[in-house]
Parts: sequence; structure tokens; C-alpha cells
Amino acid sequence: MNRLSIYIGMILAALAAAPVQADTYAITGGTVYTLGAAGKINHGTVIIKDGKITAVGADLPVPAGAKVIDATGKLVTPGIFDPQSQFGVDEVDQVEETQDEALNSTRYSTAFDPVDGINPRSVLIPVNRMEGVTRAMVAPAGGSSVLQGRGAVIALDGLDGFVLKDPAALFVTLGEAGKKLAGGARDGSLLVLREALQDAKDFGANRAAWEKAARRPYALSRLDLEALQPALRGEMPVVVQADRASDIRAVLKLAAEFKLKLVISGGAEAWMVADDLARAKVPVILNPMRDLPEAFESLGATLTGAAKLQKAGVLVAFETGDSHKSWNVKQYAGNAVAYGLPWLEGIKAITLNPARIYGMDKSVGTLEAGKDADVVVWSGDPLEVTSFADAVFIRGQAVPLTSRQTELRDRYLPYVKPNPPALPPAYPSH
Amino acid sequence: MTLRQLVPAAFSAAVLLLAAPAFADGQADTGPSEFPPDPFPSTYHALPSVPTLIRHVTIYTGTGAEIDDGDVLMKDGKVAAVGKGLNAPAGALVIDGSGKYVTPGIIDVHSHLGVYPSPAVDALSDGNELTNPDTAQVRAENSVWPQDPGFNTARAGGVTTLEILPGSGNLIGGRSVVLKNVPSVTTEGMKFPGAPYGLKMACGENPKRVYGSHGQFPSTLMGDVAGYRQAWADAEAYDREWKSWMKDKKGNPPARDLKMETLAEVLNGRVRVQMHCYRANEMATMLDVAKEFHYHIAAFHHAVESYKIPALLAANGTCAAMWADWWGFKMEAWDGVRENIPMVDAGGACAMIHSDDQNGIQRLNQEVAKAWAAGNRAGLHVDAARAVMWMTLNPAKALGIDELTGSLETGKMADVVLWNGNPLSVYAKAEKVYVDGALVYDRDDPKTQAHSDFELGMMGQTGGAQ
Repeated sequence: MNRLSIYIGMILAALAAAPVQADTYAITGGTVYTLGAAGKINHGTVIIKDGKITAVGADLPVPAGAKVIDATGKLVTPGIFDPQSQFGVDEVDQVEETQDEALNSTRYSTAFDPVDGINPRSVLIPVNRMEGVTRAMVAPAGGSSVLQGRGAVIALDGLDGFVLKDPAALFVTLGEAGKKLAGGARDGSLLVLREALQDAKDFGANRAAWEKAARRPYALSRLDLEALQPALRGEMPVVVQADRASDIRAVLKLAAEFKLKLVISGGAEAWMVADDLARAKVPVILNPMRDLPEAFESLGATLTGAAKLQKAGVLVAFETGDSHKSWNVKQYAGNAVAYGLPWLEGIKAITLNPARIYGMDKSVGTLEAGKDADVVVWSGDPLEVTSFADAVFIRGQAVPLTSRQTELRDRYLPYVKPNPPALPPAYPSH
Repeated sequence: MTLRQLVPAAFSAAVLLLAAPAFADGQADTGPSEFPPDPFPSTYHALPSVPTLIRHVTIYTGTGAEIDDGDVLMKDGKVAAVGKGLNAPAGALVIDGSGKYVTPGIIDVHSHLGVYPSPAVDALSDGNELTNPDTAQVRAENSVWPQDPGFNTARAGGVTTLEILPGSGNLIGGRSVVLKNVPSVTTEGMKFPGAPYGLKMACGENPKRVYGSHGQFPSTLMGDVAGYRQAWADAEAYDREWKSWMKDKKGNPPARDLKMETLAEVLNGRVRVQMHCYRANEMATMLDVAKEFHYHIAAFHHAVESYKIPALLAANGTCAAMWADWWGFKMEAWDGVRENIPMVDAGGACAMIHSDDQNGIQRLNQEVAKAWAAGNRAGLHVDAARAVMWMTLNPAKALGIDELTGSLETGKMADVVLWNGNPLSVYAKAEKVYVDGALVYDRDDPKTQAHSDFELGMMGQTGGAQ
């Protein structure tokens, strides 16, 4: 292959990968929940241009050439933001070859970041985005260290630049899982975390000396120590998996000592220390449908936990723990509402609040001019299990409402109706 | 017009088909068994109840019918009447249900409550006897811990009957047991009187993984199938031996083999096969195996690819128990679609929801709602009342207890749920739950909300369903 054809090939590849941002859309007539200062707008219009929201208001003029989406009788909200997913790094849970979310390494821990392992063409992505999931944190999970690694925030459009923030957070596992990784006691996992932070602090302050081998040896590799620096500066959130109230208290203390930007994940018993969390401005990412004493560390799990946290002033976000069905977070939020969470707070817990937790609420999470156009038009109440997304926009582009699942469905659908086709379903005409 | 008459004709045909399952060559033996009766007989008795009339409710009868502004009368543990403008007998408790809904109690055909209870610690993990690919001799009821707090949260979700199965690590996992969801110190105290036993069998990846990873048989799908067939062949021989001895009872009876006994009871039509299978081709193969050995498969559980073969399921009178939307966690679940249940239903087979999950069992109404809505979106317009059958009458059929429960018909057990709103909504909650006419859960009355012994003294940690 000569140089010219390589060059042309590169241009074509760049064109294919670049997001097409020419379309202008006007979503008209819907009930728009902006989640911003404008609040709820009846008969609202949302104008989308070049990937951004350019205007939101009542009865706005439709720009010339705009594609109009009639949302009359429907609800319009920001897209769902999954705060703890494995999109692109988990295809089939029980097929190891398709798993890239965990590092089982004795050499690296905090430095691990699944970002370059993310496959934006994962089958899971169309399945979820057609149901309104537009943005997600891709987090490490299940590694062999208490310090699990870092994560990246992605857009679920799979287009060029789909990684929006990286590294976006550090993930740590405490509690029963953490103690298992640390040698059998809860305090062991806290020691791992404390030593890592102390070493990273020392390393950060004495780089030159370290280069000359004039510092004491560190427990972590150089890359791990580097990875901890933004967390020590309070720039990168540290998401700590902990369920038991006492574990949460312990890590609150540690986080205060090192001035970490702490986020609690899991949080089955977080409601029991809600005031402490509120005072320390520590958000909680939780699955609000846990209500069984499934472990001795989650005896206090309750369906009212999310409502109690929110009432105490804690920022809550919801996750399902299952990226194959991340869309079900709507149902989870609906259940939290059924058990006392105000409806609008339920919507925020799956849209705006995750954006706030990762410091991305300037670009996403509300429907306001200037923000990235991650917008969903819902057939009805988004938290209702019988509602669907009727239109989904990610960074201003309409997402096709199809997936491998809808293709399978459509292939077999004619065979369950009267007068099925004569040929087997494998033929392309079906 | 009786409720039976309200049932659509197409569904009546399906009922007839299921009432006469395809036991090839009429092999089902309806006479007395040559084997000893239930060694763990039920001691269940209905809890105290008062005649109760719930008025002015929307009723999903569980037969596919909906009655607006209807009444349900429960008396002596039975459904005494269902209709409009019913009169309350003297001394009856009358409940005004305006704006509320009534359904039959929810039935979950696939639960591991009690055998994989909360808390999920090794000491309480008794669901899989992973020591041999065929453990037909074990019984889930001997593993059930009745103090599992999950029974109480499931009851708060409207579940009145559930089948507890051993796990899916073996080709033949053992006997299941059907329980009424009432608080009890003993498992016998929960056993559904007269419910047939089930036999848990498992297709596919689980048994071949468990044994294959130890270098044991089976390690492939063909090994799986050879394993079932040999077990049935052995069971036929065992059953012949016993039948022959029964003729004149001369000499000592053959030695009892508990494994063979369970399998022989399947061949005799007394134990119902409840089979974990995901893929369409594997389900078809298992129907062939059932034909070869003249037994009937009551239901495929998990059945992720049922939507590919509803006609085959219908022709065999085999039900499919499915999740609303689980998929992708293993290769055999890769082809999951959200329209599975409505597509199986539309294809004429007996379709139902199941949980296989201690959290999912609390919200089977929401799971049904999701499947129902997905079907509607795909153009399969199903009445809400028919969707309710997916969690009531159809599971009762799969368990062989549909003459006793699963719908609100006169004379059936008064297993009833009063919902504070449409049960196909995420916001609906079971407000009152009745088992055999007895109020076993009232959301507004803490005195009726059972707590497991395990939950006592937890230092003010008030988790669980409220």
C-alpha cells in the first residue's frame, strides 16, 4: 500500500468516526422537566443544534430546517446517567474472554483504568440507550485489590470522543468484600487504603528525592502513586463501596483526614448515618430496592433508605449493579418514590445527581441552553414500568430505537402470530 | 355468566390441552403408588379468618377477566363469591376498596427462599447438592429454613404460594416443594396440602460447568443429555421391579433406592418435572427425551428462548416460566428479549413470570407489567387482565394446583391480594394479603407483619419491606 492510499484511508477513517452534528431538532409540545432553574415547562420546546441544547422554553419558534419531534402528551427529561456501569468492558458475565472490568494483579491497583478496554460497539449499549440511558461511568469491579482502580465517563453514542472524562473517579472496596481482599479483617482494608494515601502523599511531595531513590520504599507502584494524586488534591472523587453504617463512619473519618472527595457506593445502611453524610457533603450511590438482610453488613437495608437520605440532605444517585439492564434504574427510582422519595428527586437520582457526583453537571444533567443534548422523550412517567423512551438524543444525535434484542424479536414475531411465514426465520427477508 | 364462561375461547382450549398433558401411550398411572407416601406430611392449616367482603374494587380474576366495581367475598377460607353488588353475610368484615384492585395471590414457581436464604452465608447455603450430577433423592424441603426473612418480604409483595427448588448445578437436582407463604416454625407447617412434588432438572451450562470443571461427567451438552437418559432408563427398570413385586408381594420387597423412587414417581405421573432450560434447541431435545421415557415436562424454567418455540411448547402442554428481562449473564441467556412472555402467550403456550430471586419475588407484579408493556409496544395487544394470569393461574397450572388456587373462582382457596392501585404500576403496593381467607399481611397494621426470628434484636435496624 502506498503512502497516498494510507493517507486517504486515514481521512476516511476520521470522517467515519467523527460525530455528525449537522442535524437540528425541535422537541415540541411535551411536559419538559428541565431539572434546572426553569423547572417544569408545560407545552415546552427543546431546541437541539450541533450537539447542544440551544434553547428551552414554552412555545419557542421552531428553527428553519429543524426536524420536529412532537412530544405532545409526553414527558421530556435529561438522559439517564448510570453512575457505576461496566458498559463496554462486560459483554457476557460468565464468558471470561469478554470481561475487562477487573484487574487481578499484584503489581497495579489504583492505576488500573478500563478506559482503553472499552468497546463502544458493545451489544449492551444499544440495548440500554434505546431505553434512555445516555451517559455512564465505566468503573472497575471485582479486582483483587481493595484499591480497584479508576473509571471513565462515556457517552453511549459510541461516536468519536465517546470518552468524556477520564480518569473521572477512583474506586475502593471496603466492607465484607474489602476485608476478604485485604486478608480477613475490615481494618486490613482500611490499612491498605491508609498506606496507599500516605505513600502517595509522600511521593507527591518528594518526587525529586524519590527519583534519586532517596525516599523510603512505597507499597504501591509508581503508576499507582501517580494515579492517587488527583484524589489527594480533592479533584477526583473517591467512590468507596461500603454497606454497614460503622464502615461508612470509619471511612468518613479517613476521608476527612486526607481531605478526600468521598462518595459512598452500596450504602445499604447509609440512612442510619444520614446526618453525618449530609454534614460531610458525601453523596451516596445506592440500589434503593435492597431490603433484605442479605449479609450481616446490610441488616438495615430498607426500601425507605433513599427517602431518608434525601430528606436528611444527602445527594443520592441510583444504580442497578447490572449493565445488561441498566435501564431498570427507572424502576428502581419508581420504587424509591413508592417508599417516600419525592418524584422529582427520583428523576434527579438517575439523571442530574450522577452528573453532580462526577462534577459533570456543567455539561449534562439538566435541560438548559448550552448543555450537551442528552434528552429523552418518554411515552409516560419515566419511572413507571410500562413507559418507554419514544425518542433518545445523545450529544444532539437521535439514537436508533433498535438493538440486537429488537432484531431478534422482529425475526420471531411473525411466527407467534396467525399465518406464520413458511420459511424458517433465518432468512434475511424475515 | 360464570367466570369460566368469561374466559376467552382460545384460552379454554389451552386449559383443555393442559388438563390432558401429552403423556405418550397413556403411561400416567393414576392408581395408588407402590412407593411409601409423603414422609414429611403437611401440617399446614389455615389461620383463623373472618368472613370478609371487599367491595367496589377492580378485580383481575386471574382467569383473564376483569370486573370493574366488583366485590369479592371470602368465607371459611374459600372464595365464596365474585361479582357485583354482593351482600355481606352476618358478621362479615366489609372493606370498601374504592380505587383499589384485587388479584389472586401471586404464585412464584421458581424460588430458592429458605434454601438460599438471607443472610447469604455458607452455613445457610443449602440449595445445591453438588456431589453428583444426579441427586434425585434429595428434597428441597429438608433444606428450607423457615426463618428466612425473604418469606416475609415476598408476602408483602403479594406472594401467597411458592415452589422452592433445589439449585441448578445438577442434571437432576432433587425434589421441589410447594409452600403456602405463611409464617411457620416448621417447613411442614407451610407445605401446600395436596400439591404434587416437583423434580428439578437442569439443562445446559450449569451441570456441565460444575462437573466438567472437576474432570467429571458431564462436561458437554451431549453428556448432559446422556446423563438424563441413563437415569430414566435405570428408573424404568426400578419401577418395573417394584410393580412386579407388587403383583403378589412374594418374598422381600426390592431394596428402596430413594433416587430411583423419585424418578419412578415422575414416570408414574405423580411428580412434576420442573426443568431449568434456556435455549430453544435444548428445550426441544428435552421434549424428545420426555417422549422416549413417557413422562411429561410440566414447565421449562428460565426459558429465555421460549419465544422461538411457542408452538412446540403448546403442542406438548409444557409451560414456560420466564423472567421479564434477564439476559446476557451467560451465553445461554444471550438471546433474551423483553417480549418473551407475551410472545409465548400469543403463540398459544402457557406463559408465566418467575423470580429465581429473593428481591424479584417481591415485585413480580412489576415484572409482569414490564413484559406486558414490552408486548404491547411490539404490537401484541394483551389485556391487563390476561397479563395478570402470568403470575396467578398459569403458575398454578405449572404446579398442578390450579383446581385449588390461582384464580378468584367460587370454591377455590381464598388466596387474595388487595392492591392500593393498579398492580401493573411501579407505585402499587399490596395493601392486604390473604391466604386461605386469613389476613396474613396488612400494610397499615404492624401487628400483621410477621418478623423472622432472625430479625429480632437487631439493635434498632429496621430493614425489610415496610
